Amino acid sequence: MATLRLEVITVERKLIDEEVNMVVAPGSEGVLGILPRHAALLTALTYGELVVKRDGQPDEFLAISGGFMEVQPGHVVVLADAAERAEEIDLERAEAARKRAEELLAQAKKSDVDFTRIEASLRRSLTRLKVGRRRAEKRFAPQRSDYERMQ
Amino acid sequence: MASVREIKRRIKSVKNIAQVTRAMQMVAASKMRRAQEQALASRPYAAKAWEILLHLSSQYGAVDLLHPLLRQREQVNHVAIIMVTSDKGLAGAYNGNMIRKVSRFMRQNNVEDASLITVGRKGRDFMVRYGRKVVAEFTDLPAQPTLLDSLPIARIALDGFLTGEFDEVYLAYTDFINTLTQEPVVRMLLPIKPGNIESKVMSEYLGQETTMVKADYIYEPNAETLLDTLLPRFTELQIYQALVEAFASEHSARMVAMRNATENAKELIGDLTLSYNKARQEAITKEMLDIAGGAEALAQA
Repeated sequence: MATLRLEVITVERKLIDEEVNMVVAPGSEGVLGILPRHAALLTALTYGELVVKRDGQPDEFLAISGGFMEVQPGHVVVLADAAERAEEIDLERAEAARKRAEELLAQAKKSDVDFTRIEASLRRSLTRLKVGRRRAEKRFAPQRSDYERMQ
Repeated sequence: MASVREIKRRIKSVKNIAQVTRAMQMVAASKMRRAQEQALASRPYAAKAWEILLHLSSQYGAVDLLHPLLRQREQVNHVAIIMVTSDKGLAGAYNGNMIRKVSRFMRQNNVEDASLITVGRKGRDFMVRYGRKVVAEFTDLPAQPTLLDSLPIARIALDGFLTGEFDEVYLAYTDFINTLTQEPVVRMLLPIKPGNIESKVMSEYLGQETTMVKADYIYEPNAETLLDTLLPRFTELQIYQALVEAFASEHSARMVAMRNATENAKELIGDLTLSYNKARQEAITKEMLDIAGGAEALAQA
């Protein structure tokens, strides 16, 4: 099966740089599935999960919060504001962050400057929770994450 | 000549100092390595962001009219400078060089009333003491700053520029060239000038890699919106990079300063040991003379 090269880059590190079969990304106008030989495309990304599909392997999930994606026929570059692998997400912390954001949101007024900021952090923590739970569903042992390897 | 005991005490205290400076040198060295890695890690992102920016702006003739952040002001009345220094001293000429560079910049461009946004305690203290206009200050940044830490700084710069409070915003920080060389630089942050790659390092990095073909892209939602999200992001990125570069410079400046201090202390210990031995010898000789003199006196009696 044809492959495309996927790069996922954040300001702090390069998460992925390899050949994959399909990428599903949270575009600002809706979720996009990118297969090899996709037309050239430049899009903004929003909060959501990025799914990486490889032949004969379980799908890999990443939590993305905003950024850009550049698609060329055989090459996809994701510039993410922040990106985390499912394995790296601390579910308890994400859950705590969601609670905190919800509480703050309940207090904040719509007109508040902080409102959008809190809303963004709520969306971010929801995404992280969703992606983090993916890992729990998986039946195989999780891979060692980048983070652990760095320690 | 000082007494034997006094010299001994001084040797001990200098040895202590040498130990402390050596420890600081080690700490700075490991921090520097981490900061350097961080500076390198942000380059692929920065390069790609540049590419997209260049590509988007090349789609239009008059870049100036495209976006407020790209627009040059005809008359520059007020300028803001973001100045990155360190919180702590003992880093050789690191802070002094940065402050001197900014002061000279302000004098030469006749912008001594510029609004200053200071990062780091040293720069703030100096500018406050000299009665400059410090509009915002950031101190105690974490040792490994994240993009999140640069956001508030970027916010002030962007808001100030867009509301017309500042007509130009400059970024002053110390470029990390290598462990021995760091160069204080002042470069323009806003308005953004695409095609004008000022960073030496970035232009080298970009030169090798231009994968962005002149193909027709599909834009989602559209080019204007993309530019609208990219440009502020880009400003944040530049500030983040400046922070990381400055941190790497700070730690290497401190490392070199502490290495010199350790070497000087060792030299001092050598000198002091010599005087200690001389003093000791002298004391012994004096004692022997006394004894000999005493014996002689006894013999003559």
